[in-house]
Amino acid sequence: MTFLEFLLRNRPEVMTRVAEHVMLAGISTAIAAGLGIPLGILLTRAARLRGPVLGAINVFQTIPSLALFGFLIPIPLIGGINARTAIVALVLYALLPIVRNTYTGISGVDPGVREAARGIGLTDGQILRIVELPLAAPMIVAGLRIAAVVGVGIATIAAAIGAGGLGVFIFRGLSMVNNTVIMAGAVPAALLALVVDGVLQFLEHRLARHR
Amino acid sequence: MIGFREAGYTRNGRVLVGPVTLTVKAGEVVVLLGASGAGKTTTLRLANGLILPTAGAVLVEDRPTAAWDGIRLRRRMGYMIQETGLLPHLSVAANIGLLPRLEGWPPDRIASRIAHLLDLVGLEPALAARYPHTLSGGQRQRVGVARALALDPPILLCDEPFGAVDPVTRRALRREFSRLVRDLGKTVVFVTHDVREAEHLATRIAVLDAGAVVFAGPPEAFRTSVHPVVRALQDDDRQEPR
Repeated sequence: MTFLEFLLRNRPEVMTRVAEHVMLAGISTAIAAGLGIPLGILLTRAARLRGPVLGAINVFQTIPSLALFGFLIPIPLIGGINARTAIVALVLYALLPIVRNTYTGISGVDPGVREAARGIGLTDGQILRIVELPLAAPMIVAGLRIAAVVGVGIATIAAAIGAGGLGVFIFRGLSMVNNTVIMAGAVPAALLALVVDGVLQFLEHRLARHR
Repeated sequence: MIGFREAGYTRNGRVLVGPVTLTVKAGEVVVLLGASGAGKTTTLRLANGLILPTAGAVLVEDRPTAAWDGIRLRRRMGYMIQETGLLPHLSVAANIGLLPRLEGWPPDRIASRIAHLLDLVGLEPALAARYPHTLSGGQRQRVGVARALALDPPILLCDEPFGAVDPVTRRALRREFSRLVRDLGKTVVFVTHDVREAEHLATRIAVLDAGAVVFAGPPEAFRTSVHPVVRALQDDDRQEPR
């Protein structure tokens, strides 16, 4: 049975796994953005927090993903053998690029522009909203792009703790020693990553037009 | 309008300005002249409350800047700086209309104000939709003037606004700016290190040296002054090609 035949014959399950996968990566990236962008902004305001916070977030990146899933399972409330645990782990991985790029993007705004905005009478909130965030937007989106693409990749491992997604085919293929089944998970996951990357890259370029 | 009362500013134990005593009356164009590091910009920042004096006081309309709401104070003072003053991601119209929009003006009033200001500074209406990086240096400075005038503030603060344009454009801008502020009756504090610019624009020149005002008087008195710092500025100027 060829790879394409397998996909066609198992179309309902393939669609379900793709949908699960998009949910895992999408929800975790969205949560990471909701936490990471404000955190990145906070770091530009509180220099003392920068080292400890970036250091802590960095540590998560060094934990192998399969191990991190394992560590999270026994933790009450967030743990368990389900998608929730996987999303927590994916959020932890997605935080670093988002926080770092938000911080770098805002710090990189020309001090002259910020000073002029203050001088003409903008409040701190208006400077953030009207000047800093729009000017940092391409950089922030670049961070989201990295987070989302990495998320799509790591989400394949989430199947190991029963969270579903395209990783289900990969693990099944591994246990069956069947490359066709492995590919049924790996190829759509790779395509998904390419699509996410392309869309966010387009957005990034659109936002960078007038700079 | 603006009164420096033995105002000083010290940071990290270093005196940047002061004590400065200087009164800027309504309708005056006072040029703060001096070499770089003389404290001109710091003095200007004291006037609009971007920094508060660490000694003495700065009064705006008889009220110390420390007692003003900083945002309200700055919106009563148009502010112009070199080049980077415009927001690069906003169109010309959005730059000029920014403060009116934040002040809650209705859109049609903002639009007519933008059209009026573009005309006032001699820019084509078609430029409204353009972005700052697509304009020439001279055009950008004109947009800067228009933005500073947007809320029709009684006072304009200018920090070497024409520093980054070529000499020919610079002279034209200076001439038009001078006429404009006279026609509109604005009170202006203008920072420059350019003696000719000072002589051309000022109703009064205040020379700063090491954070202190060492000379204040009309351009005629400036030309005949024998104060060593004033003489040094004039000598430097004469050595440059006209």
